[in-house]
Amino acid sequence: MTNLWLFLAQFGTLAGILALAYRPLGDYMAITFTTKRDLAPERGFYRLIGVRPGAEQSWQQYLRAVLAFSVVGVLFVYALQRFQQWLPYSLGLPNVHPGLAFNTAISFMANTNWQSYSPEQTVGYTVQMAGLAVQNFVSAAVGIAVAVALVRGFTLRRSGTIGNFWVDLTRAVLRILLPIAAIGAIILIAGGVIQNFNPVETVHTIAGGVQHLPGGPAASQEAIKLLGTNGGGFFNANSAHPFENPTAWTNLVEVVLMLVIPFSLPRTFGRMVGDDRQGYAILAAMGVLFTACLVAGTIFELHGGGDSAIAAAGGAMEGKEQRLGILGTMLFDTTGTSTSTGAVTSAHDSMTSFGGMMMLVNMMLGEVSPGGVGTGLYGILVMAVVAVFLAGLMVGRTPEYLGKKIGGREMKFASLYFLTTPTLVLVGTGLSFAVPALRGSIVHTSILNPGQHGFSEVLYAFTSAANNNGSAFAGLTADTPWLNASLGAAMFLGRLLPIAFALALAGSLAAQDRAPVTAATLPTHRPQFVGLLIGTILLVSALTYFPVLALGPIAEGLHS
Amino acid sequence: MATSPRATVRQYWVAIRAMIVLTVALGILYPLVITGIGQLAFRGQANGSTITGASGRDVGSSLIAQSFSGKDGAPLTQWFQPRPSAVDFDANGSGGSNLGPNNPDLVKAIDARKKVIEQTYGVTAAQIPADAVTASFSGLDPDVSIAYADLQVAKVAQTRGLPVAQVQKLVAENTHGRDLGYLGDAYVNVVTLNAALAKMDPSGNGE
Repeated sequence: MTNLWLFLAQFGTLAGILALAYRPLGDYMAITFTTKRDLAPERGFYRLIGVRPGAEQSWQQYLRAVLAFSVVGVLFVYALQRFQQWLPYSLGLPNVHPGLAFNTAISFMANTNWQSYSPEQTVGYTVQMAGLAVQNFVSAAVGIAVAVALVRGFTLRRSGTIGNFWVDLTRAVLRILLPIAAIGAIILIAGGVIQNFNPVETVHTIAGGVQHLPGGPAASQEAIKLLGTNGGGFFNANSAHPFENPTAWTNLVEVVLMLVIPFSLPRTFGRMVGDDRQGYAILAAMGVLFTACLVAGTIFELHGGGDSAIAAAGGAMEGKEQRLGILGTMLFDTTGTSTSTGAVTSAHDSMTSFGGMMMLVNMMLGEVSPGGVGTGLYGILVMAVVAVFLAGLMVGRTPEYLGKKIGGREMKFASLYFLTTPTLVLVGTGLSFAVPALRGSIVHTSILNPGQHGFSEVLYAFTSAANNNGSAFAGLTADTPWLNASLGAAMFLGRLLPIAFALALAGSLAAQDRAPVTAATLPTHRPQFVGLLIGTILLVSALTYFPVLALGPIAEGLHS
Repeated sequence: MATSPRATVRQYWVAIRAMIVLTVALGILYPLVITGIGQLAFRGQANGSTITGASGRDVGSSLIAQSFSGKDGAPLTQWFQPRPSAVDFDANGSGGSNLGPNNPDLVKAIDARKKVIEQTYGVTAAQIPADAVTASFSGLDPDVSIAYADLQVAKVAQTRGLPVAQVQKLVAENTHGRDLGYLGDAYVNVVTLNAALAKMDPSGNGE
């Protein structure tokens, strides 16, 4: 009974904070992306990089700009890692080897932050700050930009253009991410997250031993790692590390940082399409899915008696921190997997069978509950398009969403969008076990745990990479040629293909005129549509992933 | 999608310049400004919440667990024991065991830890809380449950030859309730507790 009240109090606090932020932040973001005014530093930036802010782009030009920026980002991060030993503040660490540097560079460009390495022993302060943290900002900004471009598709009429990528990128960084990250970083420092340039300090401990205490600019990175739903830890233990997440209240602050933009973007959407109720419908679908998954995961972890090691210990505390408890841990980790952040505050590999499965399910929903910054909104809008189409088929109405006809061309892009990730996950996992040469490396080198759990580790890795989440069943040794290459490819394609399809959809919608609302139009702001949208999301993911879940966590959970 | 090579080159040139400017602003200036504010306003926290011993030198961080075991790995009972660490309390190499919920090796490790605690503290298996026999994900969790701290009090007092009430009092001083009364879990910080113990009873620290 106490757990119920503690859960409700924690959940109520979070929901209250997010509710307070919803309208002001959502409105502010809407203004940010609709105003014609450029700020002085923005004008200076456009001059420096040679961009005319008034120049509108077609969806193809917009996409090419995203691709160019992403490719350059990968090359920058790759180069910084390969030249690490000559950079300042590298703590004497050597250059990162090519396979790992390739994987990490893609990972941070793709907003995934999958980490095949232990940061303390691999990257110095300069690579963390100038390489990884910069991508934490800009990959999040790219996500917001693409989401805004898709929303413009609904608002524009007979338009050949969908905005200017460089302007959207700049405004997302300067007006949204940077100010909130700065405030978040300072709050986290007050809570005990470190922020210094000290070298590793050797101390003689209380009992007379020796310990090497790490330093580093962790708080500035922690804030944007969460706010930008990136997830790459400054330390190996990510947000379980006391220097990243020292207390139960910083834990809640970090959860808020992850959720505040994804849960406020529906408001931005509603504002921009001129109907706040449309935003509430999207918010409701996101909120219901998030809450249901949080409750399920928490119950599984609290009552995980069926698993042998959990029963032996008398509770699911392996891989969890005492100060956070099971409730704080599950709030953070459900958020981390539902937002495409991939930040963790416990070992997902050591969770109960079904608790670990929920971490997989959160990602398999397609990162729309509420998903990453921007990515969550454009993901769920694509699902809304699919839902409208399905409803149209069922009742014989012309499928329309926000006055735009959903025809063959739109459905082609939407279908390609939602097929991309499952294909990458299932093909990647399948190849890992089906090809004998790969299976050898997977079974003998990569997998840590025996039985179905080992299969789940590989399934989790591809699910995380293709969905750009970045969390892991971390027992898996992923720094191998096959996994560095295949997960790198999954992250790259799982990021850029959906972006391409979302922008193509935006272009197609923007080119249309706006159809008038008639009696035959399906209303998309009512609970009925929210239910339909949730049903569509569940149908698309449940049908695709149920067989692999049955082979992994379900088999393990039922067997034990 | 037809595009001229010149337009493509131009696009990449824009991207490169943008990345350079953004790297300077977000990768250098932003962390430096945050560091400046942190060092001015929250010096202790920003530098790792270090704690000092009797000599005045740093003996660790109140946030990072330390080892209180002998060279043979057996618990030194003049100290309170933290939770098991999968990385042997290597503060510069955090990590967990990542052993799965049905991994026989984990079951074995938990059973072995229980045995040690039963024998060392004279308790039954049913009295041992879950945090005492499981490793945290950081491997650096400085905290234990109140139950695990209570279970150790009598033995620590006995080893040091101190009255139980005196040790009990130190435990109480290093016990923290839930944040705001409902966030996270209650805990006893073993590092600050042992530091206080070392100051109060230097002769009992042993070697």
